Amino acid sequence: MGCIENLKYEMILPLGASFKECREYVEKNFSEFWYVDPGYKLFDEYIIGLPPIALGIDGAKIIFPYTKPCHGTYLLGIEDEKEADRVRKTARKKK
Amino acid sequence: MTTPIRQPVPGKALIVLGCPEVPSQQALALHVAWSLRTQGTSVHAAGNPAVLNLLKVSDPEKRYLPEMQVLEKCIEEIVEKKRDADLCIVFAHNDAGISYAATMRHLLPASRLVVIIFGKDPEALAALVDFPCEKIVEKAVHNPMQLKRKINEVFGWAA
Repeated sequence: MGCIENLKYEMILPLGASFKECREYVEKNFSEFWYVDPGYKLFDEYIIGLPPIALGIDGAKIIFPYTKPCHGTYLLGIEDEKEADRVRKTARKKK
Repeated sequence: MTTPIRQPVPGKALIVLGCPEVPSQQALALHVAWSLRTQGTSVHAAGNPAVLNLLKVSDPEKRYLPEMQVLEKCIEEIVEKKRDADLCIVFAHNDAGISYAATMRHLLPASRLVVIIFGKDPEALAALVDFPCEKIVEKAVHNPMQLKRKINEVFGWAA
């Protein structure tokens, strides 16, 4: 999974989740969530998906969809306070 | 399938490839690249390392696909406005393929986007597409011929 594979991540939804399942899961299970468009840079990678892409934040953990051609979309969580703050400043609240 | 409309010949085309587990994709990618290059369009292809290696083995002299790069790098260049395309063709046989097509729609809003939806259950996948594009939908796993015919119809290429 490129650079993200080298980070300490939590698998929240397993490989093969659809992008719609990922968005719905974030909206239903996290009180803080933000929206971005495809091409938004997170952990030095460009996020892929059908806009709007939902990112959850739980404390310092960012929950985000990560798509690979062979597997589909994973929903991952990575703790990173600085990146979470950057999401709060650069993402949007409205779809 | 979209009704064929005579379109101007694009200057630059980008072919976005999915995972190579469906073999018809690689044959059709070479067919599409050859057809585009024959009409004078410059062609660039992006995919994961596995699909790029399959194409490199099939096209050792780069007659069909002279330019290829990994998807992540291609997306980076498009986001950074270092690369664009008049025509973007996305091969999609799974949910990830539709995600890549949606991403290309967003990143290349002025381009003609054609999504080739194939594999074992293309109709279900096609139902996920709710963004503006032309869709070519055909059940194709090992045999590319029926999908090739539809692609030729959409682009106005001789059979």
